[in-house]
Amino acid sequence: MKYLKAINRKARRLEEFIISEYGDVHALQQPPPQQRPHYPMGCSLVFSPGWETDSAGGTAGLCQPVERDLYDCYISCFWPAQVPDHLNNYPDWTSKCASATKDWRNIDLVFP
Amino acid sequence: MSTYRQGEFHSFKAAGIDYLYLAPSAAVFALEGPARSIIDLLDDRELSGEEIIRELAPQGYSVAEIAEALDELQQSHAIVRDNPVAPPPLQLPQQPFPLQTLVLNVTNQCNLSCQYCYEYGEDRIAAPEGKTRFMSQETAHRAVDFLLEQSPGRRVVHLTFFGGETLLNFKVVKSTIEYARKRAAEAGKYIDFSLTTNATLLTSEIIDFLAENHVGVTISIDGPKEYNDRFRVFPGGKGSYDVIAPKIKELLRARRSRPIGARVTLTSQVVDVKRIFRHLIEEMGFDEVGFAPVTTSPARLYAINSKGLDTVLEQFTELADEYLDHALRDELFGFSNVSDTLQEIHNGVSKAYPCGAGLGLLGVSPSGDIGLCHRFVDSPAGALGHIETGIDRRRQSEFLRRGHINNKYDCQTCWARPLCSGGCYHEAYVRYGDTSHANLHYCDWIRGWSDVCLRIYGEIAARNPGFLDRFDERKAI
Repeated sequence: MKYLKAINRKARRLEEFIISEYGDVHALQQPPPQQRPHYPMGCSLVFSPGWETDSAGGTAGLCQPVERDLYDCYISCFWPAQVPDHLNNYPDWTSKCASATKDWRNIDLVFP
Repeated sequence: MSTYRQGEFHSFKAAGIDYLYLAPSAAVFALEGPARSIIDLLDDRELSGEEIIRELAPQGYSVAEIAEALDELQQSHAIVRDNPVAPPPLQLPQQPFPLQTLVLNVTNQCNLSCQYCYEYGEDRIAAPEGKTRFMSQETAHRAVDFLLEQSPGRRVVHLTFFGGETLLNFKVVKSTIEYARKRAAEAGKYIDFSLTTNATLLTSEIIDFLAENHVGVTISIDGPKEYNDRFRVFPGGKGSYDVIAPKIKELLRARRSRPIGARVTLTSQVVDVKRIFRHLIEEMGFDEVGFAPVTTSPARLYAINSKGLDTVLEQFTELADEYLDHALRDELFGFSNVSDTLQEIHNGVSKAYPCGAGLGLLGVSPSGDIGLCHRFVDSPAGALGHIETGIDRRRQSEFLRRGHINNKYDCQTCWARPLCSGGCYHEAYVRYGDTSHANLHYCDWIRGWSDVCLRIYGEIAARNPGFLDRFDERKAI
């Protein structure tokens, strides 16, 4: 940092943290983007036209795969969903699914 | 409109440099250029970024420089914007916490009758009635096993012998050191030893044993004869100085590796810190001298009142300045109150607890009962189990929850809390009947002393920074 000179060991650690968190300081830089709460896609908290069925009552016309809903319930929703217990028994359930929209077919089958 | 204001810090000046000591992070930063001007500008008011730029423009800073300084100050929490910074969450230490130090009160008996003694004086909290007065060899050896078992992951552990008068039970001290060495080697650990004594019972044989076994020794002594003998007397009233002085000199001559320290208790009648220091260092030859005010209820005649504390602070400050002169010449100066505080400042210690009592350090009574520390053994207020049955985890957790700095309401707005964390549990218990109470009668003193030590630190950091390398090793609690 340029105008705050770290003197003790804690200040040096704080400086390292600040640089790793915000990057080195550049003149006129914008403040870092504010962290916003993450609303899971397809959850009842937001209007998502793809939720569960399409306008014809089927799943063919959804704007995203039904598995995406499932996956969002798993990853971030507070609502208890019908997904495997990924904390204790099936921690690797989604290990092959790097991106839900692309790799949802790789989500493991689980036989409890 | 979004505004900036000062965060939580203590500002101080040393060697012509403006420093900030941030709370609660305990980081020390030097302010330069626009950062210093921004801190000054926000003294007692809130300003928007635009207002700050407008006010500082006449000082010749560009908008880019001011914006950069604002970022740096905000990211380190020296200034805050809009919402207050959330306090760090209350995290209790992992349980079970590995032990580091065990203090064995090998006896609660003493051959002196110091009026101010917390073990026997008017403010005593121990209730050892009906229990053994001398620790047996079996109990002491069992305590060593307990320390080795309860310190998983630690390579080095410490065993401290305490009393009463420790040397009244020297036989057990000696056999315990031999036993502990053997057991520690078997367990793949290193164990070191220290001992506190009033020096009255030192003999050539004991002195040789202590030197050969690298036992760190602390002598309780209150200075030259006229001060020491005010309180440190035998039961008949005779002063102890003439007995201990030659023995201490012999001990100091025999020392080999570990420094020998003096520990002085300050009372209303004994506050002449400089004179005591000179006597103990220059005339007696101690390596280090540490001072602590007597722990007592305020009603006692020997309790130090706030005027007395001011005198102590003045003299501490003068000695601290001498410490600085020595440090600038790369010389040591055995005033441990300064060196201990500098160590904590240098490492940026921000304490959740004032000391390791009840956590990494425990006291053991002669009968094997565990207490928070040596001052709480055999006291119902600090009982934490027995070495045979183990640590009372429920009581320990409750103590740690209540004693956590986040739960000390009075400390939440104090910039010195990273260093003080509310102060000694025993002091608090004697004063307020509650181990987790902040020691409010010391607050001004602690802030005054912290400021003195920060200024000394700032001077050394600017003028002889290499001296501070010696503090790099963090002294673990």
